[in-house]
Amino acid sequence: MKKFTKTILGAAAFSLLAGSAMAADAKACFIYVGPIGDFGWSYQHHQGLLAVEEAYGDKVETAYLESVPEGADAERAIERFARSGCNIIFTTSFGYMDPTNKVAAKFPDVKFEHATGYKRESENVATYSSKFYQGRYIQGQIAAKMSEKGVAGYIASFPIPEVVRGINSFMLGAQSINPDFKVKVVWANTWFDPGKEADAAKSLIDQGVDILTQHTDSTAPMQVAEERGIKAFGQASDMIEFGKKTQLTAIIDDWAPYYVERVGAVLDGTWESHDVWHGLAEGNVAMAEYSNMPDDVAAMAKETEEKIKSGELEPFTGPIKKQDGSDWLAEGEKADNGTMLGMNFYVEGVDDKLPQ
Amino acid sequence: MIRIELEKRAQHSAIFSLTSPLIALVITAVLGAIMFLMLGKSPTAALYSYFIEPLTEMWSIHELMIKAAPLILIATGLSVCFLSNNWNIGAEGQFILGGIFGSALPIMYPEFTGPMVLPLMLLMGIVGGAAYATIPAFLKARFSTNEILSSLMLVYVAQLFLDWLVRGPWRNPEGYNFPESRTFHADAVLPEIWFASGRAHWGFVFAILIAVLMWFVLNKTLKGFEVRVLGLSPRAGRFAGFSSNKMIFTAFIIAGGLAGLAGISEVSGAIGQLRPVISPGYGFTAIIVAFLGRLNPLGIIAAGLILALSYLGGEAAQISIGVSNKVSAVFQGLLLFSVLACDTLIHYSIKVVKSARGKAAL
Repeated sequence: MKKFTKTILGAAAFSLLAGSAMAADAKACFIYVGPIGDFGWSYQHHQGLLAVEEAYGDKVETAYLESVPEGADAERAIERFARSGCNIIFTTSFGYMDPTNKVAAKFPDVKFEHATGYKRESENVATYSSKFYQGRYIQGQIAAKMSEKGVAGYIASFPIPEVVRGINSFMLGAQSINPDFKVKVVWANTWFDPGKEADAAKSLIDQGVDILTQHTDSTAPMQVAEERGIKAFGQASDMIEFGKKTQLTAIIDDWAPYYVERVGAVLDGTWESHDVWHGLAEGNVAMAEYSNMPDDVAAMAKETEEKIKSGELEPFTGPIKKQDGSDWLAEGEKADNGTMLGMNFYVEGVDDKLPQ
Repeated sequence: MIRIELEKRAQHSAIFSLTSPLIALVITAVLGAIMFLMLGKSPTAALYSYFIEPLTEMWSIHELMIKAAPLILIATGLSVCFLSNNWNIGAEGQFILGGIFGSALPIMYPEFTGPMVLPLMLLMGIVGGAAYATIPAFLKARFSTNEILSSLMLVYVAQLFLDWLVRGPWRNPEGYNFPESRTFHADAVLPEIWFASGRAHWGFVFAILIAVLMWFVLNKTLKGFEVRVLGLSPRAGRFAGFSSNKMIFTAFIIAGGLAGLAGISEVSGAIGQLRPVISPGYGFTAIIVAFLGRLNPLGIIAAGLILALSYLGGEAAQISIGVSNKVSAVFQGLLLFSVLACDTLIHYSIKVVKSARGKAAL
């Protein structure tokens, strides 16, 4: 019976103005670039959606679209949400930036939140991201301690600033322990493709790396590392279930607090556009349990984590040279936000040529 | 030993032939309803969101046109190829090259504005796609290279070329190094057909006009006859004085040119800039559209619209009844399967053959 009324209601909702028949106070909608079952990036965003449901119960209705390609399809998906009564729409991939802004201009009453972008062309668009690179610095330090060969493999997705920043931060962390540490990079050119990611992992291991880290979203590299008996870092989500003897730690993207806060702001009418870039200190980035390593390494990692949280340590602090040997940051100098957001060069020591 | 064979029917029913797409639709609806019931979803709500919901609102009809336009344009071109026995699988690459060639103007000369920009872009898009398609055509005509392989592999070349362009020389100078070109200025954007009611652009109008024109050419002119004859029997064609080699070029250039036009229309009308990926696989989906439309441009218009509807319906179903996008994809598969099964069974009958052991080995 309940299902039947729901059907009738559903049909009625579309014959009336969409959304007006909803009982909830607000509707929060999410667009994901991958499947929610990727156990990485999109999975974590979906955890945020679940947290919103838990926090507000019947007061907030939710909806999501998964595996939405970046491009012309994204604009339609966002517009569909805007028209179907969503009050706030989270678009959770960089490639949704222009579509989000285009649709936002047409629907001034709907709030838009775009992850990892920089364009806020109208007042109803906010942007948010996290300082994942802070976690990468800790990973770099662990890698330098744990690697016997002094070489780590890095499975990267696309050469956009966020990914380059992660590689550099990892490198700087590793160099702080072992100045001769090497990082080999493979570009998978995908966010989610277990087959390609596994191939990348295998080829890196065959090239002699004994630590693996990834900036792609599937658990495939972790599983390959487990099979081959080397250590690895999880990405976006705690992947310990996929590498019980393998995972050293993982950078966990915890979007839940932010999503709960922003949906709450819509409910009580205090929502405003902003640009936030939170990190370990605010809890938007968290480290999974330090496992499969000696106690002293775990202790060092924890200490670094605390230092980054308190602001005592900022990974991008000079002296830092660029890959070509030219000076970038002088002693004690910190990178400015503009350079950070548009980073398109490697620091010294990365064993790769940045695709340009 | 029992085998199942398809046997060509001596004659097929004209009524079934005509109504086959409808029968397929009904079968899809029934199979879909069973699937949704098993998932615990209301079948009526699911079918409503698939087939009706996208058509209830004007903006959504616009979206349907946006999605269908490239499919129809590309499939129309492919029909010429397939009818003439040229297996061009590389429309995706020709689409991309059309997008790149056409975009060269607004990206490299952003200061050049005016009413001439758009026609030039469209022309360059056509030239780009057609030129790219002449590569497999030349290889086939000159060296008898298998065009399925060469055209398919050129898709990957095109994708990587576009990827390199937007990360390298054509990267937006004001774009924080993100991999995308500058956005096109107003004169380089294909205008909307009917402003304010949705964002469908003139690409759809091109698609319909060209499909109708192509139908006329294929069915009412000597050239169309030539395409068919060379496709059915190259030998007979040669006796009639038609050149196979010329036809290879003609077919590939038409298919490539139309794919290129689709590409620049999509980039200019729907996206507004070049990105690392500009097509969600239109060039491949169009192959399905071409066959669903039975290689008849008018049929292709219908097939393109139906396939576009199934995409939009899939999204609507995800939102309004909360099924995953995998279920949407399965449903789309059901639709294609039913259409092809109906078409096949009208022309062929299933025969169970019981054969002796010795014979089975043959």
